[in-house]
Amino acid sequence: MNHAILQMVCFIAFAVVAVGAALAVVSVKNTVHAVLALVLTFFSAACLWMLAEAEFLALALVVVYVGAVMVLFLFVVMMLDIDLEPMREGFIKYLPIGIGAAVIMLLEMLGIIGIKTLQVPAGPNPAGMSNIEWLGTALFTHFLLPFEIAALILTVGLVAAVVLALRVRTFSRRQNPAAQSAVRAAGRVRMVKMAASTTAPGPTTVGEDSQA
Amino acid sequence: MMAIPLSWYIVFATVLFCIAIAGIFINRKNVIVLLMCIELMLLAVNTNFVAFSRFLGNPGGQVFVFFILTVAAAESAIGLAIVVLMFRTRRTINVDEINTLRY
Amino acid sequence: MISQNLLIVLAAAPLVGALIAGLGRKQVGRAGAAAIAILSVAISFALSCVVFWQLVWGGAPVFNHDVYTWLEVGKLSIGIGFLVDRLTALMLVTVTFVSLMVHVYTIGYMRDDPGFQRFFAYIALFTFSMLMLVLANNFLQLFIGWELVGLVSYLLIGFWFERPSASFAALKAFIVNRVGDFGFILGIAAVLYAFHTLDYSAVFAQAPDLAGRTIEIVGGHPWSLATLICLLLFVGACGKSAQVPLHVWLPDSMEGPTPISALIHAATMVTAGIFMVARMSPLYEMSTTALSVVLIVGATTAFFMGLIGIVQNDIKRVIAYSTLSQLGYMVVALGVSAYAAGIFHLMTHAFFKALLFLGAGSVIVAMHHEQDMRYMGGLRKRMPITWITMWIGSLALVATPGFSGFYSKDQIIEAVGESQIFGATYAYWCVLLGVFVTALYSFRLLYMTFHGKERFKVEHGHDDHAHHQPGVLAHAPRESPWVITVPLVLLAIPSVIIGWFTIEPLLYGGWFGESIKVLPGHDVLAKMAEEFHGPAAMFLHSFTSAPFWIAVAGFAVATWVYLFNPGLADRAARTFLPVFKMLTRKYWVDEVYYNLFARGGVKLGRAFWKGGDAGLIDGAMVNGSASLVERSSRVLRRLQTGFLYHYAFVMIVGLILLLGGLWYWGLR
Repeated sequence: MNHAILQMVCFIAFAVVAVGAALAVVSVKNTVHAVLALVLTFFSAACLWMLAEAEFLALALVVVYVGAVMVLFLFVVMMLDIDLEPMREGFIKYLPIGIGAAVIMLLEMLGIIGIKTLQVPAGPNPAGMSNIEWLGTALFTHFLLPFEIAALILTVGLVAAVVLALRVRTFSRRQNPAAQSAVRAAGRVRMVKMAASTTAPGPTTVGEDSQA
Repeated sequence: MMAIPLSWYIVFATVLFCIAIAGIFINRKNVIVLLMCIELMLLAVNTNFVAFSRFLGNPGGQVFVFFILTVAAAESAIGLAIVVLMFRTRRTINVDEINTLRY
Repeated sequence: MISQNLLIVLAAAPLVGALIAGLGRKQVGRAGAAAIAILSVAISFALSCVVFWQLVWGGAPVFNHDVYTWLEVGKLSIGIGFLVDRLTALMLVTVTFVSLMVHVYTIGYMRDDPGFQRFFAYIALFTFSMLMLVLANNFLQLFIGWELVGLVSYLLIGFWFERPSASFAALKAFIVNRVGDFGFILGIAAVLYAFHTLDYSAVFAQAPDLAGRTIEIVGGHPWSLATLICLLLFVGACGKSAQVPLHVWLPDSMEGPTPISALIHAATMVTAGIFMVARMSPLYEMSTTALSVVLIVGATTAFFMGLIGIVQNDIKRVIAYSTLSQLGYMVVALGVSAYAAGIFHLMTHAFFKALLFLGAGSVIVAMHHEQDMRYMGGLRKRMPITWITMWIGSLALVATPGFSGFYSKDQIIEAVGESQIFGATYAYWCVLLGVFVTALYSFRLLYMTFHGKERFKVEHGHDDHAHHQPGVLAHAPRESPWVITVPLVLLAIPSVIIGWFTIEPLLYGGWFGESIKVLPGHDVLAKMAEEFHGPAAMFLHSFTSAPFWIAVAGFAVATWVYLFNPGLADRAARTFLPVFKMLTRKYWVDEVYYNLFARGGVKLGRAFWKGGDAGLIDGAMVNGSASLVERSSRVLRRLQTGFLYHYAFVMIVGLILLLGGLWYWGLR
């Protein structure tokens, strides 16, 4: 029983932290702070997932999101020199609308779901299996093809991000190895046949050759 | 053993989702915060998946969370790349000034 | 045994000739085209004679085979095949003989025409079409031949297409024939519906089962299937054979060159309807109603169209109305189930009517394409061969005893007198009075053309090709060249004698065998056979019969009026002005058709064009929907602000509404 109370206390604590951090995400002035608050939200949510005995996903969330995506956000936010003032315009004006919409939606969702009806007793943990084993079995049997597709999506995302953000510098000097190795003598030297001596009528005769 | 009821998770996820909705309304001009709000929404959805998966004893939900994480990571990478590109060309990420797709 | 290859050559030779003459114009030249076309038709004629000989004296069985399977749809298999029995053979010989004569004649008649080769290509093609029609062993092949004949007729009537009247006449012929063909193809469809096959032999074998079968086209009114089929097919026959009320195209078709009037509009194409009904005799025997309709239509045509012929002044038009009238006689014969008599008259008529037309053509050539008889007269001394042959043709036409027309027409009149079916009395009076009318207009034509004073002037130095001054010729008319007179003579011979030799076997000898079927109750020819004692007896007997004296009366009136009292006709016309007007106006049928159908059609088309097409479809539907989209999108596009948060806002509002709806109405 103690164990249960401990779990509940932990849940409430993490949930409160997560909700508070989420509120901070949407309300703080400084974008960097918002990103940091989002990190906290993710972290608390990961802890809640842990309480639901989804250890693998909780760790994945921390590693992927907190470790990679959020750092990316931070990079971008810090890299871009954003003028924050115009961004905050209308914050107060739209605050009531935002809160109103959020509250209405919250009520509607809770009303639809009906909290009481969802008092499902927790199913038994799959016997003799850790969460990662359980998940892995499903992932590599039933969901093998989607798994591969997910890998492909990640690759495409990676390439797409690189291509989008890549700036081709027009002034940079680069080598073209294909062109270098395909070169022929005829492309380099042009033989011009001309008389050994001319009776030079004027000063300009063979201009092009001397420049080449 | 789990002592925490399913409804707690659901309520938590719902609250998170609604905060993200409110965030979209009040931070309507900052693309980066909008992206972060979307991440929040996805988090809420994922939480639901995890909880249901656990309570119904079906690994499918957690597998889906896995895929959602994948797609969301790709999405935020591309989204941020677009933001960077946009900033590079227009020197701003203010949504107000990005309305070339209008009539 | 008739060889299949022989039949193929027989049918295909004119087609090959037509193709060479028509497509290889540069290669073969004018003379070459004529030679090839004539040769091809001569081959057909020779082979037709062979077939005829084999069937009649060689003891060959009826040939009925498919040469080629054309198409198969489900259980329906349609082939191109030949059915050659005595009916076919008789038609083959008649068609190819007249066609050959016309081909030869054309060399003279069309000598100066720039479309000389085209003309030969057309008439050879026509011969092919007619052969296909006659040789067919199923309804679809018959229909193909039928349509091809109509097409060539259109091409030939409009041969001088630079004349507006010619192209109008060609169009008129084509459209009127279309009405008939519409009925005809419906009839074929009805045959298919009733028998599930289009093969002649299969259909005729099942024909007796038709008795009592009905079909409900309008709910609650069962119609006899046999009557329906026969009437629909007869609509087709009406179109092709120019029976009332679809007769209007035939007089106008005289716009075509005269050889064509002889070939198509006298001897062959217009007889297609007669041939078809005779061929379908097993079906027609199943419906007395249809036979009555056929009889009444034929009788009406025979008498009333002949009347119009009396008042015509164009030499070709007189003969055209005479053709209408004679076709009416044939149809009357069909109506009283004397199919053999109808075919017999068809054959004799083919000879003497072709003769008359070609003779008229000869006159027209001599008169430098003046066709109005009021400017002729006294030509008998200038063109004696034409004069004599025309007399022979006319005597045959008015059924002078001994001539071929006498044997055929007299038998038809007698058959009508014997018949008991509904309408026979009316038809009897029509055909009897028709004899008088026939005599009247025939002799009128002869007198106005060949006798009396010359009503034309000869002015030397007058421009031959710009003669719009009627009755003025550049040089005196003279007898036509041999290519014109030889066919006249060759046609005059059968016009005189063929009736004498063929009446007994054709009508009373059961000559047609299985190809014509008559129910015992209808068989008027069988009754007449008891009184028939050979052509000589018939010849002698005729001097005491009514038709002969009626014809003599017609002859007397014509002689009196047109030979001795030339002014009398005009006075009579003034006295009986309403009647005269009715006849010159052809009972106002053209006017009615023109105002009702042509003009109504134009009006209807214009209404559909302006109101339906331009207004409703173009204006309201096509452009209307486009402008509706444009106008609404002009408003709606204001929603596309381009601002991200507007879209997000709308999305979230939508989500809220959706959730609210779900919550309110529940998930179930």
